[in-house]
Parts: sequence; C-alpha cells; structure tokens
Amino acid sequence: MGRYIVKRIVAGLITMFVLTTVTFFLMHAIPGGPFSPAEERKVPKQVLEKIEEKYGLNDPIPVQYVNYLKNLAQGDFGLSFKQRDVTVNEIIEQGFPVSAKVGSIAIVVALLVGIPLGITSAIKRGKWADWLAMIIATVGISIPSFVLSVLMLFLFAVVLKVLPTFGLTSWQHYILPVAGLSFGPIAYIARLMRSSMLEVMRYDYIRTARAKGVHELKVICKHALKNAIIPIVTYLGPLVAILLTGSFVIERIFSIPGIGRDFVTGISDRDYSVILGMTVFFGAFIVVANIIVDVLYAVIDRRVKMDE
Amino acid sequence: MIHTARMKEREDGPFSPGAAADLPDDLFEKLDESDRQDNEEITRPSKSYWQDAWSRFRKDPLAMIGLCVIVVMAVAAIFGPIFSEYTYDGQNLENGNQPPSAEHWFGTDKFGRDIFVRTLYGARISLLIGFVAAAINMVIGIIYGGISGYFGGRVDMLLMRIVDIMIGVPDLLYIILVMMFLGNSIQSILIALCLTSWIGTARIVRSQVVTLKHQEYALAARSIGSSNLRILFKHLIPNSIGPIIVTVTFLVPSAIFSEAFLSFLGIGIQVPIASWGTLVNDAIPTLFTQPYQMLFPALAISVTMFALNFIGDGLRDALDPRLKK
Amino acid sequence: MKLLQVNNLRTTFHIEAGQVQAVRGISFHVEKGESVGIVGESGSGKSVSMLSIMRLLPDNAKIEADRLLFDGIEIMDMDHKQMRRLHGNDIGMIFQDPMTSLNPLFTIGDQLMEPIRIHLKLSKAEAKKKAIEVLKMVEIPSPETRLNQYPHEFSGGMRQRVMIAIAISCNPKLLIADEPTTALDVTIQAQILDLMRDLKKKSNTSIVLITHDLGVVASMCSRIIVMYGGQIVEEGTTREVFYNPQHPYTWGLIRSMPKVSEGEKKKLIPIPGSPPDLLAPPQGCAFAARCEHAMKVCTKYSPAAISLSESHRAACWLMHPKAAKAEREVIGS
Repeated sequence: MGRYIVKRIVAGLITMFVLTTVTFFLMHAIPGGPFSPAEERKVPKQVLEKIEEKYGLNDPIPVQYVNYLKNLAQGDFGLSFKQRDVTVNEIIEQGFPVSAKVGSIAIVVALLVGIPLGITSAIKRGKWADWLAMIIATVGISIPSFVLSVLMLFLFAVVLKVLPTFGLTSWQHYILPVAGLSFGPIAYIARLMRSSMLEVMRYDYIRTARAKGVHELKVICKHALKNAIIPIVTYLGPLVAILLTGSFVIERIFSIPGIGRDFVTGISDRDYSVILGMTVFFGAFIVVANIIVDVLYAVIDRRVKMDE
Repeated sequence: MIHTARMKEREDGPFSPGAAADLPDDLFEKLDESDRQDNEEITRPSKSYWQDAWSRFRKDPLAMIGLCVIVVMAVAAIFGPIFSEYTYDGQNLENGNQPPSAEHWFGTDKFGRDIFVRTLYGARISLLIGFVAAAINMVIGIIYGGISGYFGGRVDMLLMRIVDIMIGVPDLLYIILVMMFLGNSIQSILIALCLTSWIGTARIVRSQVVTLKHQEYALAARSIGSSNLRILFKHLIPNSIGPIIVTVTFLVPSAIFSEAFLSFLGIGIQVPIASWGTLVNDAIPTLFTQPYQMLFPALAISVTMFALNFIGDGLRDALDPRLKK
Repeated sequence: MKLLQVNNLRTTFHIEAGQVQAVRGISFHVEKGESVGIVGESGSGKSVSMLSIMRLLPDNAKIEADRLLFDGIEIMDMDHKQMRRLHGNDIGMIFQDPMTSLNPLFTIGDQLMEPIRIHLKLSKAEAKKKAIEVLKMVEIPSPETRLNQYPHEFSGGMRQRVMIAIAISCNPKLLIADEPTTALDVTIQAQILDLMRDLKKKSNTSIVLITHDLGVVASMCSRIIVMYGGQIVEEGTTREVFYNPQHPYTWGLIRSMPKVSEGEKKKLIPIPGSPPDLLAPPQGCAFAARCEHAMKVCTKYSPAAISLSESHRAACWLMHPKAAKAEREVIGS
C-alpha cells in the first residue's frame, strides 16, 4: 500500500512540474505585465521599475522561473498583475470555499441521482423506466453544461420565475448551478452504472448468490452493486476535473464568486500571473483528487496489487 | 468387449406418430452420403465487414435520424448563407433586437445582425472544427498509438508515460493556455484541440496493435520480409479500423463542445465571426428581454450534439458489436 | 421415493435471431439418496435443464413443464419466497468455474455464512462456528484464517472446495453439481471427486452430476441420463448404459472415453461433426446428421423412447423392428 501511494504521488509531482513549467513559459512568452500600455505611459519610470522589481520582472526569465518554483514550494502562488496588492493566494482563499461547496453538492447529487438511475435502468431493462433514464442520460451527455444552464435559467428564472438567478444567498440559489454542474455527470454516471450493472448481473457469482437463496434485493444491493460501482469510483477523478472546468462557465452564468469565475475574469483581463497561479492550483487539486480516488479504488477492490 | 444389442420385439411399438407397421420399409434404408444434410454448411449469406456494419447501422433509427440531421445541417451551412441577403457581420443598428419574423427568421441581435445567418455561419465553424479536429486527431492517434503498440518495450514505456503525464490535468486547461498564447482564431482552436484529444485514439490503437501484432498474418508478413511500417499500416491498422472509427466519431462532438466552450468564455472565435458558443454568450445580457437570441443557437448546438452522439452510438453498435451493451 | 420428478420440461431462449430451443421436452426423476449423472457435450441442454428447474436462467428464457415436482411440491407454482427456501436450503448447487463463481469483493467467510444465516437462522457467532465446521468437512486447512480471506487468495481447487462447502452448508436434500471438475487440473479433479464421494457416503443427499465425461459418472453415479440436442436419448443404470448401450450417440461417448486401466493402446474415436443448431432444430432425430447408422426415417421422424427394462430406455430408430439388424459394435468396458 505504502509503495503504491508513493508511486502515485511521484507521478503526480511530475505532472505538476510539467504543467507548471509549460504554463510558466507560455504565460511569460506573451507580452504583457502589470500595466496596460496606456497606463505604462502615464506612470513615472521610477515607479514602474519599482513595481516591476516587486513582481520580479527585471530578472532574466530562468531566474524568475527558479524563484517562482521556490515560492511555489512554500505555497506562494504570486501576485496578481491586474488587481494591485492582491495575491493569487488571497483570490483562491476567497473563491475556493464557495466553489468547493457548490462542487461537493454537485458531486453528491450526481452520485445520488446517477447511481440509482443507472441501477433502475439496468434492472428494468427494456421497460419504460429504462427508456426514461436513458433519455435523461442522452440529454445530459449531448447538451453542453453552459447551454443547459442558460436554458434552465431562462425557463425557471425568466419564464416561470420560481428560482433566483444570480448569487448564492439562499438555498434556492444553489438549485440551478448545482443542476447545471451535475446534469452531465448524472447522465454519464447513469450510463456507466447501467452498462456496468448489466455486465455484472451476468456473472457467475450472481448466479451463485441466487442459488444460495439470497433475496433478489440483496443480490442487487450487495453482490452486484459492490462490483458494478468500481467503474464509478474510477470516474470520480475525471468527475472532479469536469466539475472544475464546468465551474468556469456555471459560475459565470450564475454570478457565483468562486474560483471558476475568478479564473475566467483572469483570462478576459489577461492577468497572466493569476492564470499561471490558478492553473497550477487547479492542477495540484486534480492530481491530489486522482491520488485519493486511486487509493479508494484499491481499498474497495483488494485484487488490485498495491505494490505494482 | 463386443456387444450385440438385443432387440425386444414389441407388438405395441411406441414409435410415433403411427403404428410401426405404417412406416414403409424403404424408410429404413441406410442414409446415403448424398442424403445427409451438411450441418457445417453456412446457411446465412456471407457479407463483408462493411456491408454488415452498414446494414446494422441502417436498422438503427436514431443513428439514421442523426445522420440526416448532420447532412441537412452541413448542406445548409455550406450553401445557406449564399442565398441570404444578409451577412454574418452586416450591421443595421436601426433594426436591432428584432424578434423572429418572416424577414429575420431567428430575429436580430443588438447590432441588427441576422441571427439565422449568424447561426448558419456558426454551423460552418462548428462542423468544420469538429470534423477537421477529429481527422487530425485520428492521424496523430494512429501514428502515436501504432508506434507505441508495435515497437513496445522502451518506446512504448516512454510514449505511455508522456500520455500519463498529460492526462493528469484536464485538457481544457491546456487548451485555454494555448489559446491565450496563440490568440483567437479558428487555426488556434484547431491547434489547441490537437494537443491532447488524440490520447484516447492513441490508447485504442495501441491496445489493438498490441493484440494484433502477434497474430499469424502479422507474423506471416514479417516472415516474407515486409518492413515494420508496412506491417503496421498495411496490416495492423486496417484490422483495427472499427474501434478507431468509433473513438474518432465521438471526437467530433467533443471538439464542437470545446470550441463552443472556449467561445463562450471569450477565447474562441474572433468577433465579428459568429460561433454557436459566442452567440449564446452574447445573448446572456439580453436573456430577460430577447430570449430568442439565446434560444436558436442553443438549440442548434443541442440538436447537433444529439445527432452526432446518436451517430456515434449507432456506429459503435454497427462496427464493434462486442461493445454493444 | 422420488425426490425430483420432471415431466416434459421445455426451455426456450428468446434471442435476436429467433428462439433457441435449448431443452426440448425431457422427463426424468431422481430418487432420494440416489446419484444421477447427466452426460452430454456442451450445448446438449444438460446444464440449462437443471438451471431451468432452479429458475436461475436469464430473463430471456421461457420455461415450460407439465410437471416439476420437488419432494412432492410443484416448483412451477412456487413464489419467490418458496423458491429462496429451495435455493441453498433444499437444493445446493456447485458450478463449473470456481474462478468466477465466487464474488471477488467479499471474504470466503461472508459468502459461506450467507446461506447459513439465511436458512438456518443462526446468529453471527454460531454461523461462524458452522462455517468453520463445513470448511473442515471439505478438508480446507486452517479454516479459521481462511474465513477472512478473499477468493483471489485461494487456488482453483480450494475455491471449488469452498463452493462445495457453500452448497452443502445447509444439508440440502439435493446437490446439483454442474461440471464441478471441468475447469480444474487433472490431479485436482480426482481430489474433488474423492471429496464428493466421501461426502456422499456420509450423508443421504441425492446428487445430480452434470458432466461431459463418462468416466466421472461411472465412478460416482448409479444412474446415467444421456442428453443430445436438448433431448434425452438414453437413460439407464450405469451398468445398463455402459454394458448395453442402445443409442449410437452413447456408443460414440463410450468410444471417445480414454481408458488408462486396460494398459493396451486403443485409438480414441471422436464423434464427427458438431451439435445441431437449436435455433432451427433438425427434423427427425437430432443426431442423424452425425450418425453413421442413420436411415432415411431418422431425418423424417423423431424416434420415441423405448423401454428395455424398468430403468433402461432409449430413443433410436435402430431399435425399430424394421431396422436392419445391423451389427452394432460397441467397445464397452
């Protein structure tokens, strides 16, 4: 177990290093700094140099790179170019709890809806429940989350006027963003669960369980489910990534003050230090999530050789 | 030991249907070889792989509807704008924010541009990006996965480690970074989409090649001195074309999605060219007053994605029946 | 006393290409305390017929029978609750492949204690004691530690022992063993058969042994049922089937049996051809196409079963008085 985790962590660190390096050099290859060209003309040269010194922009790029890595090792993501005196750490500290809250609700909803939907669909194969579940799944897989969110916003907030539109001040405010974020994953989980369940139900050990006189409900919920759920567990890693990128558009549509919106704001402001810092943070977050999922998977399925 | 079976003579022989005496004697003659039904005979007519796949695909109504939708959309996207008096960037500020009418089927935006024509242009861009990106990714995926699977060993190790590192991070992050670097244009979107999307294809090709390379025909080809590249591209890749096509089919909607996503975030297509993503994005501020501005492009994306996913599902069932769940 | 009586059992699978008539009207019975062997090649319907009785077939199977009596009770009328009591409690089943028959994600103890707790209504501690006892019966060493292990920590033979332990844990009246040794190495096969013979001696359980290997039934069973193409072609005591076989298919089975004991080299004679397509069963006798003695009548009409004794019957046109009194040479043992 120990060796397995260490190996995963080393692989994660390499991924992080590559991502950080690529992002750093891409962002530094694009012209632009703390000031727009218009501002640069107005500000006295001395002040400009002082500020550039503060950002470490006077050093040659390789030195800047090494410094950045050093700071990063201490958890320092650097300063924002455009929001003066605000660090990337502060932006993340403010936005992350908000995004994490919406995101974790979305994960729970996706699992709680998607898994039973898939199971029902598999058990009632060919019946109307199966058709209904698969229609929902096809809609969820086909329609991009931002289109769906805008359509829902239009339907529930504009036409029906039953749900609030922007911000996150009451529990009702969570409904549309969470639905927008989790609809695609629900669809994917339902499809995955259905096919996995259908496959598992054909296995010999299910017949063995039935031949032992185990109640059909227990055959499904104990013997089949624990085996069928494994693909869902491996999907949890990509799921975190999907919710993260999904938050870029969802938080923009519903004006949620989370890191997704901050990142998109960074993009439209061309705030390269924010983009760099947040990309590294997102990468680290995903890598950690993947390691946790891998360990979880190994715990559920003992056949996975931990020392491989 | 040799036994001779004894037969009990019975008067009421239970041989049905009739009594034993009813059966004519000649029925008890030994069967000639020519009378025997050859049960090794193949009764069903043999069909080629593609005929078989096409007949399966044709029986899938959703896939056929999807195919029709995409064909109609492609024709409309290519020829539609020619017959329209409006252009995607023709502004008419006096005629802004018009609801749908006979004049402007999908209405106009705040600059008075015809949304129907802009949506058709969006279709051009989306379909172009979808199919070109899928084609490029197929080529990269086949070469990368083919080399990795065929040569195996250290080459395989190295190539697959690179893949592992790349998939550690969501590809949209890479795409966004590259778009920032390259600037907004169709070419940059295509380049960005080709950075990581081939990984899925490469993995499929690799696993196919790994299983196929030890089969007799590959060994036979090698024994008569065929070059590695020839074996790989003449024998192994054509034999794994089914799964490859299925994977690539799903790349089309995912490329269209990525483009719409980027354009929605404002780092995709350059204004004033319209893409479905930018059209939806532009419509958000006027969602409460002019919802149709959002509705038509949103429907266009949804219908296209549905159609492409149906085609993909149909192709998967038709080309690779083993995958059918 | 008849423990199991089957009258005219018919099982059909509905698949895309049509209807597969896997079992086409078979009738047989199993006495209390008796061991019956069902022999036939793959696809002959032997496993399907037993799984039909147990209602363990997938949903696309349609099962019909005039009568399916277990211990005097009609199985066809049983509801789910009664069926569950039949499963594991009255009838224990051992399957072919021990590598896939155990759930990989649960411990052996968990899977073994399941039927014990369900049917014998024992507490957890009592069930554990019983489980250890059963594992000892199937000769698994250090059962206490084995209980907490997962199937992948067991060898194939050991897993089959666990399957046997599960099947016998509730002292069933009938034990159905579906090719219990086919997936195992030859040496392990012998061990498992020895174990089953021992268990048989100790209890009064009836056994139905499904196999394609006549050698296995010869040493285990008192009666043999030979199946071909979803039908019973011959049935009799082991003696009758081995020493006075009537059906050419049975002759073929006997001829294709390797004999180590005789010491002399004999050529194994395989049965040519392949089993019939049960999607469209042939007219007449299913075996006619592969039968070297086939007559014109064989391809037109199905032969009915003829009784040769109380226990021996066979269905073949060669037994008809008009059939040529052909020398039917059979190499028996």
